[in-house]
Amino acid sequence: MKNPKILVLRAAGVNCELETASAFKRVGGAPELVHIAELRGGKKRLMDYAILAIPGGFSYGDDVGAGKVLANQIRHTMTDLRQFVRLGRPVIGICNGFQVLVKAGILPHSNACDQTAGFTFNDSGRFEARWVHLRLNTQSSCLFFKGLPEMIELPVAHGEGKLVLKSPRHLEELKKNKSIALQYVTEDGKLMGYPHNPNGSIFNIAGMTNPEGNVLGLMPHPERFVAVQQHPNWTRQTYRKAAVGLEMFRNAVVHAR
Amino acid sequence: MMAPAVDTPAAGGVLSVLGKSPGELRALGDLRHLSLNDAEWAAVQAHFKLLKREPTLAEVETVAQTWSEHCKHKTFTSPIRYAEGKKTRVIKNLFEETIVAATETVKKPWCLSVFKDNAGVIAFGKKWALAFKAETHNHPSALEPYGGAATGVGGVVRDVLGCGLGAKPVLNTDVFCFGRPDYKGALPEGAHHPARTLRGVVAGVRDYGNRMGIPTAGGGIWFDDDYRLNPLVFCGTVGILPQWAVKKEVKPGDLIVTAGGRTGRDGLHGATFSSAVLGADAPSSAVQIGNAIVEKRVLDALLRARDRRLYSSVTDCGAGGFSSAVGELGAHCGARVRLEAVPLKVSDLESWEIWLSESQERMVLSVPPKNLKALEAVFAAEDCELAVIGEFTRSGRLEVSHHGRAVVDLDMKFLHKGLPRGTRSAVWTAPAAAKASGGVEKKLSQAVREAVAHLNVCSREWVIRQYDHEVQGGTVIKPLQGVRHDGPGDACVMWPYAATDDLEDYSGFSVAHGLNPEYGRLDPYWMALACVDEALRNLTCVGADPSRAALLDNFCWGSPDDPKQLGALVRAAEGCRDAAKGFSAPFISGKDSLFNQSKDEKGRELAIPGTLLISAISIMPDMRKAVTMDFKGPGNALYLVGRTNDEMGGSLYNKLLGRVGGEVPKVCPAPALDGFKSLHAAILKGLALSAHDLSDGGLAVAAAEMGFSGEFGCLLDLDEMPRDPRIYCNATLLFSESPSRILVEVKPEAESAFLRHFGKGAKSACVRRVGQTTANPVLKVIGLDGSTILEESLSELKSGWQNTLPAALA
Repeated sequence: MKNPKILVLRAAGVNCELETASAFKRVGGAPELVHIAELRGGKKRLMDYAILAIPGGFSYGDDVGAGKVLANQIRHTMTDLRQFVRLGRPVIGICNGFQVLVKAGILPHSNACDQTAGFTFNDSGRFEARWVHLRLNTQSSCLFFKGLPEMIELPVAHGEGKLVLKSPRHLEELKKNKSIALQYVTEDGKLMGYPHNPNGSIFNIAGMTNPEGNVLGLMPHPERFVAVQQHPNWTRQTYRKAAVGLEMFRNAVVHAR
Repeated sequence: MMAPAVDTPAAGGVLSVLGKSPGELRALGDLRHLSLNDAEWAAVQAHFKLLKREPTLAEVETVAQTWSEHCKHKTFTSPIRYAEGKKTRVIKNLFEETIVAATETVKKPWCLSVFKDNAGVIAFGKKWALAFKAETHNHPSALEPYGGAATGVGGVVRDVLGCGLGAKPVLNTDVFCFGRPDYKGALPEGAHHPARTLRGVVAGVRDYGNRMGIPTAGGGIWFDDDYRLNPLVFCGTVGILPQWAVKKEVKPGDLIVTAGGRTGRDGLHGATFSSAVLGADAPSSAVQIGNAIVEKRVLDALLRARDRRLYSSVTDCGAGGFSSAVGELGAHCGARVRLEAVPLKVSDLESWEIWLSESQERMVLSVPPKNLKALEAVFAAEDCELAVIGEFTRSGRLEVSHHGRAVVDLDMKFLHKGLPRGTRSAVWTAPAAAKASGGVEKKLSQAVREAVAHLNVCSREWVIRQYDHEVQGGTVIKPLQGVRHDGPGDACVMWPYAATDDLEDYSGFSVAHGLNPEYGRLDPYWMALACVDEALRNLTCVGADPSRAALLDNFCWGSPDDPKQLGALVRAAEGCRDAAKGFSAPFISGKDSLFNQSKDEKGRELAIPGTLLISAISIMPDMRKAVTMDFKGPGNALYLVGRTNDEMGGSLYNKLLGRVGGEVPKVCPAPALDGFKSLHAAILKGLALSAHDLSDGGLAVAAAEMGFSGEFGCLLDLDEMPRDPRIYCNATLLFSESPSRILVEVKPEAESAFLRHFGKGAKSACVRRVGQTTANPVLKVIGLDGSTILEESLSELKSGWQNTLPAALA
C-alpha cells in the first residue's frame, strides 16, 4: 500500500478532524473523514482501512463524561475494532479520542472486559490550554514513537484530562506492561505538579499504549505540531526543534505501508 | 409568564389597536415589551386603518421586531439635528454619511461584500475569502452572564455561517468591559457583582467556543466601574469561504427550510428588549439557551451542503427569529410560511411565539425544490433536523399561517420601508481647556509598578488559558508569547491550513482590536481615531499588512434620547469616518448596541461611558514572517517609531495619580500610516526581532512587557525619543499615550538596513534609536538630565503584572 487509507472518525462534537486528517496527508497517508453513522449503517467498513484515528473534541458534548457516549457507540457499532487492533493496525486516539479508547476498553489493553482507568476534571477545576514538556517511554514498544527524542513538547487543551485508576495495583500493572507511553515533566525531565502536570493525572500520565504498541492514546495534541510555526517559541532564534507531532503520524503511515 | 388579561388578544389573535389613544398604546407596548414609540404606533394604526381591519398580535410583534433598534439601527439611520458650539446642522443618515461614505471613498477592490450581508467579506488570496463580524450580547449577559455570553458566541458564529453561502469559522475573538472584579460598593437589587459577571461570561465563551472547535485567540478586557450594571460582551468571528460562495440570491419558488435546533419559548422579545433600557422587569424569557453541539452539527451539515451547491441562500435565525430571518430573505419578493411545519421543543406555543422565538442554533435556507432530497440526506447524515416551512413567492407580501388560519399578512414594503423617521437632537460641547489638575505625584518606580499591575494592563492569562486557542492548529502567533509563553501579544496570526487543506500555502491573517473609553470621556472623536490607530499598529507589530486592513465598528452607548450622549455618538462616528479615510482602511461591517444604561443603587441613571470597539483584520501572505513582542537577545538596538507628545489626557498615569484633564492623544493618520508601512516593509525583510505597541502606560509599560516576556533587560535614554521639544518631564515621556508608536528590537548589524525603510520627508514617521537590550533583566532608564531615573527588576514587575487578576478574583 503506497498511500495507506486512514479512517478519521467523526461524530457530533468531534472538532479536530480536519487538522488530524491534514497531518496524515502531509506524511503521505490517504485520510478519509468517516461519520460513525456511516459505519453503523454499513456504508463504510473499518477493516477497509489501514489506520484508525479518533480525533479530539467534545463528542456529544461530553455530556455524561468525556467521550463516554462515543465510547459506547464504538463498543456497539465498531465490533471489529478489537480484531483491527489484534491485526496490529495502528490506532491513535487524541484528547477526547484517548478518553474514548479508555472508556471503550481498548486501552490500556484490548483484552480487558472492565474499565480500569478513567478521567475526571482537572485539579485546577478549569479547562486549560497550554504547551507541556513530555517524556516518552523509551522502553515501550509504541510504534508511533520510533526515532523520536525522549523529551518533546506538545500542547494540551482539556478540562477533563486527569487520569485516574481503579486501584494502585493497576498502576503497577501499567508500569509492568510498559503501557505508560508518555508523562508530563518539567523542562529538565522531572515529575512535578501543576502547571507542569496540567491536570493532576496519576504518575503524570499523559498517554498510554497497549503492550503490543500499535494503539496510542494521549491527551496532548500531536496534530497541532506538524509545522515549526505552531510552536509557541518559533520566533525566538534559539528554537530549532523539528515538529515532533508530525513524526508520530509519519511513523504510523510508514508502519502501515 | 402569563400575560395580563387586558393584553390577551381577542379570538383569532386579533389585537385591538385602531381606536386606542397614544397613552393606551404605550401601555400595551410596555406590557408586551414591544419598544414601539408614539410615531411608530401611529404608523401602525394608519396602515391598518387603510386596510380597514385590526392587526393580529403576530403582525404587531413582527412590526415591532422589524422596526426595533436592534434590527433597524434607527439611531444611526434616521435624521439627527446636531449642534456643536453655535453651529447646528442636520445629519440625514449618520451611518451612510460616516462609515459607509468612508468605505466608498477608500474603495478597495479586495472588499468583496460590505455592510449588506451578515458579515463583511474581504479577499484572501485568489481562491478564498474571509468573513468577519463582531456583535454584542450585552443585555443578556447582564441578566445571565453564562448563557448570555455563550449565546453571544453562538450568534456571531451563525452570522458567519450565514454569510454568503456559509463560511467556516476559524477564529473567535472576545472583548469585554466589566466593573472592577474587586468592586466594593453597593449594587441595585438584581444586579450581579462584576466578579460574578466576569466568571460567568468567561465560562460561557469558553464552553461554547471550545465545544464548537473554534479557537478563541484574540480579545481584551477593560475594567471601569461604570460598566458594573451594564457589562459589554463583544463576540467576533472570522470565517473562511471560497470566493464563489460570497454571493447568494433567493429565487421565488425556492423552499423555506429551517435547519438545526428546534423552536421553543426561549428568547422571546430579545430584539425588542435589547432596544430599551435594562430594568428589573426585564423578561427572563428574553435570554436564549445555547447548545454548542447542535450548532456544530449545523455547521458540519451546512458546509457539506454548500460545497454541493444545494441551496441558493442562507441566513441565521437570530434576533427576531423567523420573523427577522424570513422577512429579510424574502424582502425583495415575498414569502409564505406555515407555522405548523416548524419543529417545536414544546407543543403549546402560540403562533406569534413560534414566529418570534429566538431559540438558538437555527438557520434558514432557501432551497430550489429539486435539491430538497439531496439536502435532506446531507443533514440526516449529520443527525441534524431540517423542515420545509414554506416558500418564497412573488407576492411582495409576508404571509404566515398556522393550521390554516392567517396570522400575518403584511406588505413587505410597509414592513421594511414604513418605519416613520423621527428627528433626534444631539449636542456636542467641546471640553474646556484641558489643563491637567489634581492628583498626587508618585515616584517613577512606584508608578511603573502600579502601571504594569493595573487591572487594565495586567496579565489576562487566567482567561486566555481557559479558551482552546489552538484548536484547528492554525494559531501560529498566539495570544501569549515569550520564553515562558505568558507575555502579552499584540495580535494573533492565524494560518487556516486545515480549512483550505493546502499545506503549501502559508497565507495567514491577523486580527487586532482598539478600545479606550477613557479617551472618549474627553472627546469621542479622538477616541475613534485612537481605536483605529491602536488596532492597526497591533496588526503591524505581528507582521500583518497595515495597508490591507479592513475594519469593524461596534458602538455601545447609553440612551440616544439624551442629546448629549447622542452628540458624543455623532462625534465618534465622524472620528471613524476620518480614521478610515486617513488610514485608507475600509469599514466592512459593524453593529451598535444602545440603551446600555440602568438605574444604580441610588436610583440614578447610570450610563456606560460611550464605548467604541474597532476590530481590524489584515492578511499576511507569508505567515512565516511573523514577529512576536518578546525581546530576543542582549545587545540589540531598540528603535522607537512615532513621536511622543504631552498627551496625558485619559492616560493610565493620570488615573494612577488621581489627576484629571490633560490633552487627549491625537492621531495624525498620514505619518502614522507611513510609520506602520515602513515598519511592515522592514519586518518582511526580517529586520525586526520583536515589536510591541505603546498603549496604556506608554513606553514604560511596553518596555517592561517586552523585557519580562523575553527575559532580557533594556537600557532606554529618554533624551533620544522623537518628541515634542517642549516636554521637560521624564514621567511624561515614560507614560504619555501618544498614538502610532511602536518599540522595535533590531540586530546591530541590521540597523542601517532597518532605517533605510523609513522615509526622510517632512510628513514621514519619526524613528530613533532609544536604547538597547541587556542581558541583565532590569528596566533601566536614563532621564533628560542624563542620570538614571529608573532601575526596576523585571521579574518583580512581572509578578505584579501576573498577580493582579487572580488576586482580584480570589
